[in-house]
Amino acid sequence: MDNPAIGRILRDMAYDSDILIVGGGLNGPALALALAQGGLTVTVIDARPAPTRAEKGFDGRAYALAIASKRLLTVLGVWPQVAAYSQPILKIKASDGLAGQGAAPFFLTFDAAEIEEGPMGFMLEDRFLYSAFLDAMTTTPGITLLSGETVTQQETTSNGASVTLASGRRMSGRLIVGCDGRGSGTATRAGIRRHGWGYGQTALVTAIAHDLPHHGIAHQFFMPEGPLAILPLPGNVSSIVWSERDDIARQIQALSDDEYLAALRPRFGDFLGEIRLAGERFTYPLSLSLAEKFVLPRLALVGDAAHGVHPIAGQGLNLGLRDVAALAEVLVEASRRGEDIGAIDVLERYQVWRRFDSTILALGMDTVNRLFSNDNPFLRAGRDIGLGLVNAMPSLRRGFIRQAAGLAGDLPRLLAGQAI
Amino acid sequence: MSVSSIDPGEVAKFEAMAADWWDPTGKFKPLHMLNPCRLDYITTQIAAEFDRDLTAPRPFAGLRLLDIGCGGGLLSEPMARLGADVVGADAAARNIPVAELHAKQSGLSIDYRHTTAEDLAEAGERFDVVLNMEVIEHVADPLAYLTACQTLLKPGGLMICSTLNRNPKSYLMAIIGAEQVMRWLPKGTHDWSKFITPDELYDLIRKAGLDPVDRKGMVFSPLGWSWHLSARDLSVNYVTASIKR
Repeated sequence: MDNPAIGRILRDMAYDSDILIVGGGLNGPALALALAQGGLTVTVIDARPAPTRAEKGFDGRAYALAIASKRLLTVLGVWPQVAAYSQPILKIKASDGLAGQGAAPFFLTFDAAEIEEGPMGFMLEDRFLYSAFLDAMTTTPGITLLSGETVTQQETTSNGASVTLASGRRMSGRLIVGCDGRGSGTATRAGIRRHGWGYGQTALVTAIAHDLPHHGIAHQFFMPEGPLAILPLPGNVSSIVWSERDDIARQIQALSDDEYLAALRPRFGDFLGEIRLAGERFTYPLSLSLAEKFVLPRLALVGDAAHGVHPIAGQGLNLGLRDVAALAEVLVEASRRGEDIGAIDVLERYQVWRRFDSTILALGMDTVNRLFSNDNPFLRAGRDIGLGLVNAMPSLRRGFIRQAAGLAGDLPRLLAGQAI
Repeated sequence: MSVSSIDPGEVAKFEAMAADWWDPTGKFKPLHMLNPCRLDYITTQIAAEFDRDLTAPRPFAGLRLLDIGCGGGLLSEPMARLGADVVGADAAARNIPVAELHAKQSGLSIDYRHTTAEDLAEAGERFDVVLNMEVIEHVADPLAYLTACQTLLKPGGLMICSTLNRNPKSYLMAIIGAEQVMRWLPKGTHDWSKFITPDELYDLIRKAGLDPVDRKGMVFSPLGWSWHLSARDLSVNYVTASIKR
């Protein structure tokens, strides 16, 4: 009888890890945990030094996690560490508005009571999520985290892949996965072209403290200049994603905090009482960026590296985690069948699974944004009636809720809360 | 060399294709597409028979496995990766260097041989597992061939055998569909009259001295453009598991 450990040692001698993940944001660590739980070895290459990312102060950045994403985090063992810091989203109210005029008479309400899965999603600050990932990565066997390292070169051959780091270190594996965002160096080095366009809009992101409780309700105000999302955080605090034309956003970002709040008040309204800044002010230019291919032999792209979307409705991270769940399932299953996990026919299963869904969602959010970022009275009347109609039809509304909660479509097992 | 059960005309056809084995979009695309489904069945059956945990690294360590009609090694390589001690046998000489070259590139150690099941049996080689996949429809004497497979197994050993059913639907799918319309397979790859029904195969397996224990259909779904196992639909491709008691 062979000693199974001998094979493990031989394999580790041939490759530093089975999989090289470039990018240590959120998708990279999530993928690393899912793969390591499935018995594969992973190296995560993170450009940022670990300690600065794990600092505890709130910087105002937060995520809206869909139910399916929460299930994935639960299986990965991350959710129990962050649950206490999360705010359930119990209702989403979408309405059409003009600054200073309040919401139009028709508005759309999505209520968690309409679907059996419970809250529609959870708000969670970036700092808690990232530090929970960091803790999980350091305690999970099979994961090597290289912080403060950047990739300068990558190479794929018929039987393996390797990256050269800025420090001169070289790492090898069976495949490279790019989780390095919409400016993905992994995709660029592989010669994968991108299609995309800007919206001429920039998202202003910060956290707002308010006098009155939000009752777990998220608001989306569709303004002619761009949407304003108000998303509940624990306590009397909400995260805002405030989209404006690029030039106006630049002017607003240059304002003092008092002037910034004065510009926000007519859009935000007074339904939560007096408002104050409760975090740093960030800006993100809005653009859509789709990679021409999600996979090549021994290479795969995940999250924004594959499809950078408009951050409306907080779907960027949720889409990324869907990629993570699908790719992890494809790779772990292939590995258990004895297949070569870097082979193109294996990786194409991931591309086929994810490409349709992510392209539809990216284009869908683009359409929603273009339709609503408009002051044409006919369009405005049309969308008011449209919102009213959707609101009047429970089955259609439940469809939207399930889509937003990440419960629609052919779900990978991790998103259904099951281990691979 | 003993009298081979391999039909000489069949060997020549496969020799012509050998170099294309490892191109997933090439001539063997249908086999590459079928492979995950075949591997799901094979790995599950081996794990069940030999009490192995598929979530552990190298679960098949210590098992001696023969892949008959190994071709370019599409099944031999996954089995070696899972830890099995693999002998790949093919009656077409040209497949052997192709398979050896690819195994070396993949960093795998596999014993590829230009030989037949009958010769290996006569030489006294014995295995825990015999893979007999998409071969029997190409042999001249199926019973003699299965008897050689039985001889090759150690007591308690497992044979996995897949082939094509013989009925109007399989003629439509495998001959008209796969060879003539889709051009997935070169014309003349299969001779429909050599296809075997699941009941005929069970009879042959029993006559050869093995105990058939399971059979499943392998069904192509055009919607997902992939293959899956089916407990009910054995109408075209199917796979069986048999034990040597």
